[in-house]
Amino acid sequence: MPSTLRLAPAVILGKATAVASRALRLGGGTTMPGRVARAVAPDITRQLAARLPQGCVVVTGTNGKTTTSRLIHHILQLAGLRPVHNRAGANLAAGIVTALVQHTDWRGRARGDIGIFEVDEATLPAVWDPLQPRAVVLTNLFRDQLDRYGEIDIVAGRWRAVLDGRPPGETVVIFNADDPLVSDVGAKFAGTTVPFGIADASCGAGTLEHAADARYCYRCGVAYEYTVVYFGHMGDYRCPQCGTHRPQPLIAAEHVELAGLQGSGFALRTPAGTAQVRTVLPGVYNIHNVLAAAACCLQLGVPLQTVARGVETFAPAFGRAERVRADGREAVLLLTKNPAGFNEVLRTVMRATGPAAGVVLIAINDLTADGRDISWLWDVDFEMLAGHVRSLVVSGIRADDMALRLKHAGVSSTVMTIDGNLSRAWDAALQAARNGEPVYVLPTYTAMLQLRKILQQRGLVKGFWEE
Amino acid sequence: MDLRICHLYPDLLNLYGDRGNLMALAHRAQWRGIDVHVEESRLGVSPAPGAHDLYFMGGGEDRQQVLAAADLRERKREALTDAVARGAVVLAVCGGYQLLGHYYRSAEGEELIGLGLLDVTTEHPGPQSKRLVGNIVVRSPWLGGRTLVGFENHGGRTRLGPNARPLGTVVTGFGNNGEDRTEGAVSRNVYGTYLHGPLLPKNPALTDHLLTLALRSRHGPIALASLDDRLELAAHSAALVRATSRT
Repeated sequence: MPSTLRLAPAVILGKATAVASRALRLGGGTTMPGRVARAVAPDITRQLAARLPQGCVVVTGTNGKTTTSRLIHHILQLAGLRPVHNRAGANLAAGIVTALVQHTDWRGRARGDIGIFEVDEATLPAVWDPLQPRAVVLTNLFRDQLDRYGEIDIVAGRWRAVLDGRPPGETVVIFNADDPLVSDVGAKFAGTTVPFGIADASCGAGTLEHAADARYCYRCGVAYEYTVVYFGHMGDYRCPQCGTHRPQPLIAAEHVELAGLQGSGFALRTPAGTAQVRTVLPGVYNIHNVLAAAACCLQLGVPLQTVARGVETFAPAFGRAERVRADGREAVLLLTKNPAGFNEVLRTVMRATGPAAGVVLIAINDLTADGRDISWLWDVDFEMLAGHVRSLVVSGIRADDMALRLKHAGVSSTVMTIDGNLSRAWDAALQAARNGEPVYVLPTYTAMLQLRKILQQRGLVKGFWEE
Repeated sequence: MDLRICHLYPDLLNLYGDRGNLMALAHRAQWRGIDVHVEESRLGVSPAPGAHDLYFMGGGEDRQQVLAAADLRERKREALTDAVARGAVVLAVCGGYQLLGHYYRSAEGEELIGLGLLDVTTEHPGPQSKRLVGNIVVRSPWLGGRTLVGFENHGGRTRLGPNARPLGTVVTGFGNNGEDRTEGAVSRNVYGTYLHGPLLPKNPALTDHLLTLALRSRHGPIALASLDDRLELAAHSAALVRATSRT
């Protein structure tokens, strides 16, 4: 059967799978419909993507994919578009097809104008060709799940290969100028590029932290010199040997005011003018996410005022600084995936709590989606917690490893509770919190999903696919 | 009593939480009242021969490994050769382990000449070959038959020569090459292994063994006091369970 004839049954089967998977309570059905549809029509991604009248945009990188793509989605909706978006972090090939299938009606017509796809950094080459994106957003590259991806240089190399084959004029590359490894890929692109970055040295964290990755110039192997480091290896860098330096950002955050877990405010400087913006997203790392989304939407022709309004009205993705109320207490859920992200989350929590006041729940799993190798825990600067938390509950499949890491970080065993059972750990953390005092919950990805399920069963949160 | 540690390439070879090994060595010595001095030795610097009791080197990506290999031969060889001769301890993990051998041949066929302190050679069978990745358990007869737990992630296959004995026998996982069930290599007081996780925090018996050897090289025979290892042993057991589970 020619592949176009297979399209209708593939879409129908895919949609039926989504309905069935929810009816059978198998979960959100965020990837299975795509797997089914692709089995029927292997070329389905290309065919459905080609039906989107305004093409599609791809967001990739280690951290910030979900928040950035959700921000873009939200801003484009405000601008009157109907975006097709793989939500809930289903960012491998099957998740992308699932989103396309769900936004195609039973007769094969697109029910959207433009695709916004967050794409796993290692999956980018596989989906690039069928999606033919008009813009790609490169957020950052950190060590993450080394057992799955190999090494970050390899990922950067794959991106480079993908972009090299792209005729200039067909894709705009929007990239994080503050990340030397990403910049090295982005700035080389022959077509249009939009570098974004922070232009306020007061956001600096001082020196390079232990988790920093790209300390050495890609070309010379000489250590970069930084005039300012924001976090991880993000900052204003220069190679003393070949002179490679941070590109001047076209979209920049100036006069940044960090307000702890309440978010931040800054002047968004763009070629179209400057707008004052506020976001509830906390931490310096979220400023990069806002800049990435703003750069992308401006590039797609959204007016600056709409972008600013979108940033202000945006509510965070599940597990990304989401707040949950339970028994008169508040829990703040902060997803942690890798050392640089974890350090930023810890710093944000420490800024928000008084000395020795905080209650923190850390849940570490080592399933495939978390990364099976948990050695990254030793690259996180948990030392900043020592003497600064009143109660620390440790949970997840690798609770014992986490507890040992905290012991070496100087956290007293008297403030630690170890319980691999997440449900009991949640209760212990809530119990430790005095009234009005928030509990900071720091889970890895699958621990977050597990916790969501527990909270959902207790009627405290909705299923994430319902959002 | 004091212990002098030299951390080789702390910012270049630090791929898999390698600093956890330094923490385990330093803390387990300090918890027993031993003074610990850690000196970091980076690219372009030569450690003074005789100045350290224990040398540690971690793993890195290919690019970092190329930088380290040349520097090792030019700047570190003298101090490390001297260390082996006087019975100081050298511990190297993953990429560092490969560089202690005779050579490492990369996936592209490029050859990095190592220090030859361990009688091993390492070859990467090519870009299409499978990386050896996963939880690993090793049994070490010379450590009272104890298990060592960790995680491995390497493309290179290491073969032992007649003058190196393995660190242990693979119980679960791949080890040196995924074929002969050997893991790591030991020769005199030089230890190389693919186990990270990091290696030392969850394997306190090995850590104490290395501390004893390192201290003995300058202070004579010593007996280390025992410590409260409940968290260490819980993490060790959890890793044993994890290595044999399917999910």
